[in-house]
Amino acid sequence: MAMTIPEAKRNWTGKINSVTIGAGSEDGGTRTSVITVGGATSLPFYHFEGEFPHRPVVAMEVWDVPAEEWPEVVQEPFADVMGDPGAWAQKCVEEHGADLIALRLQGCDPSGADRSPEEAAKAARAVLEAVGVPLVVWGCGNVDKDNDVFPAVAEALSGENCLLGTITEDNYKTLTALGTAYGHKLIAESPVDINIAKQVNILALDAGYPMENLVMYPSTGALGYGIEYVYSIMERSRIAALQGDKAMALPILCDLGVQVWKAKEARASADELPGWGDVAARGPMWEAATAYTYLVAGADVLVMRHPQAVRATRKAIERLMGEGGQS
Amino acid sequence: MPKKLTGIEVYKLLPKTNCGDCNFPTCMAFAMQVAAKKAALEQCPHVSEEAQAALGEAQAPPMRTVQLGSGDTALTIGGETVLFRHEEKFHHPPGVAIRISDSLSDEEIAQRLEEVRNLRFERVGDELQVDLVAVHCDSGDGDRYAQVVSKVKDGADLPLVLQCPDPARLSGALKAAGQRPLLWAADRENWEQMAELSLKHEAPLAVRGDSLEALVDLTGKLKEKGLQDMIIDAGDGQFVERLTRLVKVRRLALQKEFRPLGYPAIAFTTGGSPLEEAAEAIAYVCKYAGVVVMENTAPEAVLSVLTARQNVYTDPQKPNAIEAKLYEVGEVGPESPVLLTTNFALTYFTVAGEVENSRVGAYIVVADTEGLGVLNAYADDKLTAERIVKTVKEQGALDKVNHNKLVIPGLAAMLRMEIQEESGWEVVIGPEDAARIPHFLRNEWRPA
Ligand code: SF4
Repeated sequence: MAMTIPEAKRNWTGKINSVTIGAGSEDGGTRTSVITVGGATSLPFYHFEGEFPHRPVVAMEVWDVPAEEWPEVVQEPFADVMGDPGAWAQKCVEEHGADLIALRLQGCDPSGADRSPEEAAKAARAVLEAVGVPLVVWGCGNVDKDNDVFPAVAEALSGENCLLGTITEDNYKTLTALGTAYGHKLIAESPVDINIAKQVNILALDAGYPMENLVMYPSTGALGYGIEYVYSIMERSRIAALQGDKAMALPILCDLGVQVWKAKEARASADELPGWGDVAARGPMWEAATAYTYLVAGADVLVMRHPQAVRATRKAIERLMGEGGQS
Repeated sequence: MPKKLTGIEVYKLLPKTNCGDCNFPTCMAFAMQVAAKKAALEQCPHVSEEAQAALGEAQAPPMRTVQLGSGDTALTIGGETVLFRHEEKFHHPPGVAIRISDSLSDEEIAQRLEEVRNLRFERVGDELQVDLVAVHCDSGDGDRYAQVVSKVKDGADLPLVLQCPDPARLSGALKAAGQRPLLWAADRENWEQMAELSLKHEAPLAVRGDSLEALVDLTGKLKEKGLQDMIIDAGDGQFVERLTRLVKVRRLALQKEFRPLGYPAIAFTTGGSPLEEAAEAIAYVCKYAGVVVMENTAPEAVLSVLTARQNVYTDPQKPNAIEAKLYEVGEVGPESPVLLTTNFALTYFTVAGEVENSRVGAYIVVADTEGLGVLNAYADDKLTAERIVKTVKEQGALDKVNHNKLVIPGLAAMLRMEIQEESGWEVVIGPEDAARIPHFLRNEWRPA
């Protein structure tokens, strides 16, 4: 007697927002490619029950100043272009297949190079002109300084539909106003807390900035360093969104590089960690493995550094988006 | 589906002696767990046959728990109760296996075994290691296969997966395979002979088929033969096809309580480079394998898979706390700074990581805040000046150095004066953001 197998599919009512980054000439920008993320109607890669119109993408991180604090293994591939953000970005796109460039204005940090808003805007223009892919632009993380810098940067990138970040629960007014004025998407950051994640989205909306233009950044932990907290927040918010919670229906961004390359697994030499593999392989592996874990949890945009990790992650995405998800 | 019994109904069928052999203190406690499908009736060795029959199927947990191997290295898999770790927790971390082919030369096998033995890592207080070896019969030669199985059993001292669907060759290798190896696998053709071997040797049996229907058909037939310990194979498809099958099997088992698929699963990766293979293995660890079989022995690949497993299988209900004691990070000496932090694991590992990055050796005093971070601990009165002073004294941190400076977290700056008054130490306010620790230790902090 053949046994009937119950239906394995779930009926979700919600859908993740589709967010487009970058503007081509028909939309008043200069990008030769634009990126759309989101649009999923089920959990990541559950092709048997949902639609995934847009694959997850990889943005490569570029700094406005030489990234001297990066470990050797991940500085080395960019040794010839550090200090020239345009050339650096070009290398990421042309040689390493970056879908987007994520410019981090680290040089503006008051406890570092303390560069001016004008210098930041110049770096942003240089990257914009050097590549055709859309841009993500991060501040230096110092709230006051970022609020000083972003007006110039947002204006310099006017009409290019970049993704700027971040807005937080305590600091969203400047960027939401700039995003509206100059036509940019924004990153909504929260400190590994699903309630605050939702709150930031609502605050932005109250400030007149639509949630449909936001990408959610629930903080990022490296593999081995609290990744499971973020993993579960991503799963929970994705499930809530698919069950119809519109304030959670945002594509998710993970900012891997910063955390991964602080982990000892990514930076300690084989002498310090005997038997753990050579750091030249271990570093990229740690970044890629962190990306793989987040892909399963629902990452839409992965901000990464090492070319090998980027290549491997893009390959994994291709395989996960591939044929055969019905069986 | 048979009707579900309540805890009381289960209790009525138990011996009511509260003997504790089920590892629960009382029959009632056990009955509640059985009713909630968190324990299997067989755990009570004294249950009568009538009770067995009465409870039967309805009370079995939706996914069977299966033991592979025996003794110290035995591995328990399955018994999962949820689809997402935040709903409760994942119970049994999947076994990670390395595959060894019998067509390798003796030297190559010896070398691979050496690699397997070296795949041991200590991370945040846990020993991470490979749990199984899968011996693949590629040679087509039963004698060779038996010989290699024996070599691997001796050389690795781990439970085995006998990847040999030919019952005759498999049978020859079973003598040397130790207790409870996983037999891989029963299919439409060989299932009767595989069932015999499985029953005779009390070895769990993997079940393989090209569709869910084929798997259901097989588990049904095997069950009729008396098999209980089965493992579902995720198939020979592409990465995403295996993932899809793992998801469907888990959902059907747990959400639909569909017994014919209520078993743990095994997934073999497609192999490839270490970076490629890690992608697959990590995805299967997250969703929803009981055993993941890998080809690569590159330490960084295996370490990343084992770490993903360690993280995803962390109990989310338990505050993630580490032992409150004095830690030394890097090279310490009498001039080293003394930093205070909480025993929330994430805070500690972030701080310790940044101290490591700074290349300035430091003592870290970890105060028992019951697993809360700085702000929450302060709000809950778990991080007070009094408690800090007591902790620093008990751990003897300032006895190890030639100064009396204590660095407190920037987020606890409000406690500075009080600690200073209570202790007479010089209290320095550290960074609010751990990322600033290297800068702070290199440029701002100075020994007295
Ligand atoms: S083993 Fe059986 S009889 Fe003994 S306490 Fe447990 S349920 Fe009761």
